[in-house]
Amino acid sequence: MAISGYLDILSVLSRGLYYTISILIVSAIIGYIIAFVAGFGRISRFSFIRRFTMIYVEFFRGTSLIVQLFWFYYVLPLPNFWAGTLAIGLNYGAYMSEIVRGSILAVPKGQTEASIALNMSNWQRMRLVILPQALRMMLPEFGNYLIQMVKATSLVSLIGLTDITYQAMVYRASNIPQSIEVFVILLIVYFLIALPLIALTRWLERMSSKGVARE
Amino acid sequence: MNMIREWDWSTVIDAFPLIFKAMWITLGMTIACYAFALVFGLVWTFIRRVRIKPLQRLISFIMEFIRTTPPLVQLYFIYYAWPLVPYVGVTLDPITTSILGLGIHFSTYISEIYRSGIESVDKGQWEAATALNFSTRQKWTKIILPQAIPPTIPMLGNYLIIMFKEIPLTAAVGVGGMLLTAQKYGAKFYEYMEPLTLVALFFLLLSYPSSILVQKLEQKMNRRFDKKPGGSNNGKEVTAS
Repeated sequence: MAISGYLDILSVLSRGLYYTISILIVSAIIGYIIAFVAGFGRISRFSFIRRFTMIYVEFFRGTSLIVQLFWFYYVLPLPNFWAGTLAIGLNYGAYMSEIVRGSILAVPKGQTEASIALNMSNWQRMRLVILPQALRMMLPEFGNYLIQMVKATSLVSLIGLTDITYQAMVYRASNIPQSIEVFVILLIVYFLIALPLIALTRWLERMSSKGVARE
Repeated sequence: MNMIREWDWSTVIDAFPLIFKAMWITLGMTIACYAFALVFGLVWTFIRRVRIKPLQRLISFIMEFIRTTPPLVQLYFIYYAWPLVPYVGVTLDPITTSILGLGIHFSTYISEIYRSGIESVDKGQWEAATALNFSTRQKWTKIILPQAIPPTIPMLGNYLIIMFKEIPLTAAVGVGGMLLTAQKYGAKFYEYMEPLTLVALFFLLLSYPSSILVQKLEQKMNRRFDKKPGGSNNGKEVTAS
């Protein structure tokens, strides 16, 4: 195939890049907010909040992301952009809330005791002592989930959002003989989007183990 | 945008048998894709143990590539593009496509689990096996694998559940599991709410008890082995959409 053919495919895909990236950013923001809200909810001292967030987390982890996506789109029905971002955000938020919870609980108990001994308020203790140490554990995991979310954005093509996968399918439909090139390029584009995030995650892993005593 | 309609029980009764029947397809697909991933994971694991640096690096790259690109696009590739590949290309039906696509995608994760299991076996065990003049085959079957496999079982169980939740993806290439059945029902009668909610409930009812089971198993294993294999994710699930 001539070079111009590849350029054609790339220019068609670039039309979908806006949606792929914006879905990724918006659903990541929703996901991280939800992760903290639900993560703190799981360790709240009020049992009804704990129970409520647990139901939310189990519900979203127990039903499949793609089913949730279709449910938001067909049943509620939300416009496809919001169905996509909410489904991905709420689903990954549920998974990541476990990371938030786990990381906070993994901070040694002595830290809590010490901050109580220093007469810190609950808020000060969380903000100044617990959270900075917990964040260190969370960040690499958050990076991993961001890479997962890149892959998840491809699902929005199934509810008619014109992301790169959708554009590729449209192009393929009228250029059947170029199917191989279309999908190979599409896969490479996804890989290139994920590449900086992989580097970021590795960097976060390195940073988070720096200056910390290994037990 | 139209408002949410009222919940209609007669639609539920109408759609339930269809979705229940499709559940068996979804479950069957889960088993088939998972079995393929288990076997193919072994292939990765063994190729990566071959001590040729460029080969190891190439395999790691391919695995990373498969892991970081969407399984949906991989399914499309196998379904639409594979038949056009010169010499080896053949047309594959949706079910084979899905088993290959999801199977290969997940095998890259499964392979990491195998590896962590093998690496968690103490080095002394290898040395002892060599000292006792065990053949390579005996080393693996009598010493290494019996210790490497059990700690990985909970993680493998986790991936079975994750696989189950990824199966609706196969609707995109036309496998008639629960999601596609609900979608078709919705398109036919314009009643999406009840069938899609049923599908969600089916997923919850099947995956939630299994995940509790896996958690129990994990606790039991941790007690028994008092150490975790290298890449243990402590019951945290990952997804692969």
